[in-house]
Amino acid sequence: MVPQSKIRCLAGVLASLLVLAFVTGTVAAPSGKPIRIGSTLALTGPLAQTALLHKIAGEIYVDELNRTNGLLGRPVEWIVLDDQSKPDVTRSLYEKLITVDKVDLLMGPYATSAILAAIGVAQRYQKMLIHNSFGMPHLAKYEMHFPVNPFGLEPNKTVPATVFDALASTSSPPKTVAVVTSKFPSTQFISAGARDVATQRGLKVVLFLEYEFGTRDYGPIAARIKDANPDFLWVGSLGLDSNQLLEAMKKLDYMPPRHLHLFPAPGPLATAPDGKLALSTTDFEEHPPFTSNPGAARLIPLFHERATKAGVPYIRIDAQAANEFAAWQVLEAAVNATKSLDDKALSEWLRKNRVDTLIGRLRFDGPNNFGDDLTKVKQVQESKWVVVWPKEYAAPGARLLPP
Amino acid sequence: MPSLTLLGQSLISGLLTGGLYGLLALGLSLSWGLLRLVNLGHFALAFLGAYLTYQLGTVARLEPWVSVLLIVPLFFALGVGLHVVFVRFRVAEFASLLVTFGMTVIIESLIQWFWTADFRRYETAYASASTRIGPLFVPTLEFLACATAAVLALATWAWLRFTYVGKALRASAEDPAMAAAFGINHRRQAFLVSGVSAAYAGVAGAYIALISTLAPAQMWAWVGVVFAVVIIGGLANPIGALLAGLLIGVSESLTMAVVTPAWAPLVSFSVLILLLVARPGRV
Repeated sequence: MVPQSKIRCLAGVLASLLVLAFVTGTVAAPSGKPIRIGSTLALTGPLAQTALLHKIAGEIYVDELNRTNGLLGRPVEWIVLDDQSKPDVTRSLYEKLITVDKVDLLMGPYATSAILAAIGVAQRYQKMLIHNSFGMPHLAKYEMHFPVNPFGLEPNKTVPATVFDALASTSSPPKTVAVVTSKFPSTQFISAGARDVATQRGLKVVLFLEYEFGTRDYGPIAARIKDANPDFLWVGSLGLDSNQLLEAMKKLDYMPPRHLHLFPAPGPLATAPDGKLALSTTDFEEHPPFTSNPGAARLIPLFHERATKAGVPYIRIDAQAANEFAAWQVLEAAVNATKSLDDKALSEWLRKNRVDTLIGRLRFDGPNNFGDDLTKVKQVQESKWVVVWPKEYAAPGARLLPP
Repeated sequence: MPSLTLLGQSLISGLLTGGLYGLLALGLSLSWGLLRLVNLGHFALAFLGAYLTYQLGTVARLEPWVSVLLIVPLFFALGVGLHVVFVRFRVAEFASLLVTFGMTVIIESLIQWFWTADFRRYETAYASASTRIGPLFVPTLEFLACATAAVLALATWAWLRFTYVGKALRASAEDPAMAAAFGINHRRQAFLVSGVSAAYAGVAGAYIALISTLAPAQMWAWVGVVFAVVIIGGLANPIGALLAGLLIGVSESLTMAVVTPAWAPLVSFSVLILLLVARPGRV
């Protein structure tokens, strides 16, 4: 017969060992040779403003990984090179990352043209490429690329359809539409689709204009929109195009009743007086139900802190930063599940499994590895972006406000 | 067929945008024509001026015209300092293109380091102000930029044409050896031109800050069109630079209104090629 005190003592020792094992197993600092993940971002050039948000988000995620277990217990080193917003530079730098820096894994650059360039290099070396801002799915045929931005396979049809569904749900849906778009590949592609979808739905397209990426003078474009006088203006904008166009229209004492901006700089448009009630598309905004995700609660304050430190004027997380976080979540999930850094094994796993991310549950088993279109419509209300459509994703108490 | 209102509005827009082209071209035209320095750094200085105007306006809460009063002497000194470097290293015309390209990249990086790559917008109460004339609208800030360009172009023209310094500068540009034989100290006057040119970049920058949204890389968007304006207007020809700016501005604007905005960037270079074909000895 073992004395009761000895049993208690033994149980105490076992419990202590279990706690110790749990603690060391979950928060042990990563050790060993770092896992090197290479990517480029447009740190300079016309896309730098948005790429900065991706850089901040990526750095936060890598720091958080290293603060806990890293990947496979090893620290993670993120090598980010500046592609200067140029696809040709992107191509060369991905070559360098693979052949000179010999990185273990790749992460995609920012924006469609650069991603397309990187996919070509990844394909040549049979490396997996996860990316998060690609707008022309039909061009990405490489079997080991994984698009995290949830546009679906045909964003030229599904994104405009979501927008026109939202407008149709209001008491005064538009009857005439003007489509004005930058010739930047993805914006032009989706905006041309908006023209077709509008026509199919019986709306009259009174104006379709394309302008060069980097246009300086929006006065004549504003004059043409005013001349056409549409009920709804679709702007296939990138960055600050939207602000400049709205300002140019205001100088002509004109503002269309409703206007949507495809990929605007979120902060400047939300805070500009002319941006009131402007519409745009998104897959994440800083309000429920998006913030109910436990990852979001952890990452949002970190992003605010870093973005403030980096001098970013609008520090709230929107689709850009959220997609970057999601890309890293997808990479982490694949590595942890396969316990491998082998590109083929990771790709195989991603094609067969779904991954829970900040922006929703993603799948990669569709054509060209694209999953569902998770686009939502957001609107500037009280100088903040809030999702207003579909209704189940709308911010608490928010709805699509009429002009 | 576009309406008359659309055409009229586009004409106004083109004229006013052309004024800003002329204002930016003015300093570049002077340094290229009188000093034989192709100063790509002019665009970097203009954007530095724009960011300083933004900083002084948003942080120090200074009115833009007060900022300009500070920026003009500062940039004059900067221009003189830069010329000291050019003289010290005997930078020739072609080499100046490379040297000032490097300088532009450095200034762009400095701007990005200090103000980040994110967009900056100098919001003022009068940013969207315009005056109505019948069915047409004249934007206030663009009109002021165009008027400033006209005043500076006329003043510079008069300075070069009627003053001793101006005549000496033109003589040195035409035949440096002969001008020196008449006792003209070209080196000293070159510092003056370099300073004035940089000061003009600062003034143009102040208007860019008020009219446009700022991002460091945007300085490159102006290079092509302003170079075309300088060549079309003629080197060291202030009135020519202004008129060429107006011509390009109106041509671009009408192309945007009548054909499509996507064709507008072709206009400046098409006009330039036509002119070089018609008058090959322009540069």
